[in-house]
Amino acid sequence: MAPLDLETPLRRRVRRSQVLLAAAAVFLFAGSLLSGQFAQQTISGLASGGIYASLALAIVLIYRATQVINFAQGGMAMFTTYVAWELMQQGYGRWSAYLLAILIAFAGGVLLERTVIRPLESAPAVTTVIVTIGLLVTFNGLAGWIWSAQIRPFRGPFPTRPIHVGGVAFSLEDLGTIAVALAAVTVLWAFFRFTRFGLALRAAASQPAAARLVGIRVGWMLALGWGLAAALGAISGILVAPVVFLQPNMMDAILIYAFAAAVLGGIDSPLGAVAGGLTLGVLLNLLGTYVHAATAELRLPIALALLLVVLLVKPSGLFGRPAVRRV
Amino acid sequence: MRPALGYVATAATAVALAVLPLLTSGYHQLEWAYVGVYACAILGLNVLTGYTGQISLGHGAFMAVGGYTAALFTENTLVNPSLTLGLPHLNPIWTLPLAGAIAGAVGLVFGVPALRLSGLYLALATFAVAVSVPSIAKRFPGQTGGTTGIVLDVHTGRWLYEVTWSSAAVLFVLVWALLRGRVGRAFRAVRDSETAAVSCGVDLAVYKTLAFGASAACAGVAGALLALIAGYANPDTFPLLLSLTILIGAVVAGLGSLWGVLVGAAFVEFLPIYAQQVSKQAPSVVYGVALVAIMLVLPTGFAGLLRRLLRV
Repeated sequence: MAPLDLETPLRRRVRRSQVLLAAAAVFLFAGSLLSGQFAQQTISGLASGGIYASLALAIVLIYRATQVINFAQGGMAMFTTYVAWELMQQGYGRWSAYLLAILIAFAGGVLLERTVIRPLESAPAVTTVIVTIGLLVTFNGLAGWIWSAQIRPFRGPFPTRPIHVGGVAFSLEDLGTIAVALAAVTVLWAFFRFTRFGLALRAAASQPAAARLVGIRVGWMLALGWGLAAALGAISGILVAPVVFLQPNMMDAILIYAFAAAVLGGIDSPLGAVAGGLTLGVLLNLLGTYVHAATAELRLPIALALLLVVLLVKPSGLFGRPAVRRV
Repeated sequence: MRPALGYVATAATAVALAVLPLLTSGYHQLEWAYVGVYACAILGLNVLTGYTGQISLGHGAFMAVGGYTAALFTENTLVNPSLTLGLPHLNPIWTLPLAGAIAGAVGLVFGVPALRLSGLYLALATFAVAVSVPSIAKRFPGQTGGTTGIVLDVHTGRWLYEVTWSSAAVLFVLVWALLRGRVGRAFRAVRDSETAAVSCGVDLAVYKTLAFGASAACAGVAGALLALIAGYANPDTFPLLLSLTILIGAVVAGLGSLWGVLVGAAFVEFLPIYAQQVSKQAPSVVYGVALVAIMLVLPTGFAGLLRRLLRV
């Protein structure tokens, strides 16, 4: 791929999107000051948005590393959440179970890239999509096989009791979820921005040939990208499991929301994935609260409609760079 | 494959399928009727993905269109109180071409925006459609009967077998005729290189949309047959797994070949029945592993294997 100078327009696009997001934030803040219910819905929307954002970010990471849209991202997250549950059953403490499951997810992601994705490096998009669909079906089946399809409660990291701020009740779980999602994203951003390792990863993803020339082991970097994405997915699974309960298809809908978030933000933009996830979470919650026609069954179709509209009208999303194809 | 051998194999398959119901019981006839349904749907997906290179993870949605069409237009001795839409009631046989036509029209309409989406984005969009089908069907209970769906009259296994396989035969002949000439060449050119196809004068928009329409029409007929066999059309008749099952069948069959379609259809129908004896979830695992393994080892599927064996 030839280096394309898109630096200037990209910066301008980011600025315009930032203005848009800032306006949205001001609107939400003002609304929250005026109405307690609005504040509650915004916070719980941000919480689900944080979950969408972390899975969306995982999808974006993998897309940037290997140009694959990983349909198995949700399945992998679901599977590692079951691993965390199993570890707790085996007597591990809550937090050590979470940590271990995230590490296992990381190793699993690396392994998957090396064994399954690597051979498809130059295969057409249809092939890689089918393979990740195959992984999704496999993980769903395996989870049902090992742990049965029975719906199980999952002990989350945060207490469910509410705290009261100025007469409005907020759930500690929501606040904790927002904090964890934001922390994960910040750590990841700092890793990519400030460490040599992160730089090598970025180089391997955007300029594989040049990166190889300066001595970066590109293959391993891409595998580590998959590992990081899997770990991030595991975090989103652990955050969502206490809410939707542990079951093999618990991530199916979340995956669609994450896709919609990633596309809204621009499929190749990590910042966009986070902004898209939070926007989608809040938007769905506020629509559900204040628009009568938007019933609970329509949450998924609304996300779908958003996905389709963005794909058709502005495929590069809010923060992505438009695809330039050399023919 | 050599033409003469091809004709012999086709004739042998047709005879075998015609004789089969005479030898088997009603239950097995029903199983084979399902094979016929999958064959129609896989055939449709193969036109789109195998021949034109446009991926669809949402063919279950077109099947849902066909299934609900059949359910709404069938003369029905049962009472579906929520469904007083004043639609004409037809003999179930006539709902099949109608389902094909309506699903085909939906496919054409969907094909137009799909022109703007390539590769991965198309996969995303169709996947999202497949996931949302059940919730959309539940949202309009007045038209679709909501969660309960629409109940149809019961037919015998023999009748269903004959209707299904006759429809499948008609679709196979139509698709074969479509693919063997100018249109088929244009489809394959689009698949192999859009740039090269355009420079040879192939109108991308026309042929891609046409492929979507033809493919959706096949899926629509399959969906109508599925509703007739199951005896109802409800949101859970057309889950995401149905879309994925068709994709699995098409991959096993071999993308870009009509020969493997029956094998792919038989695979997705019978594999769960046998694998379920190991564990209820075993079919999914085998499906998934088969998908990955075939794409890695044998990307041309059963048809490719057959071709390789016959050439040796």
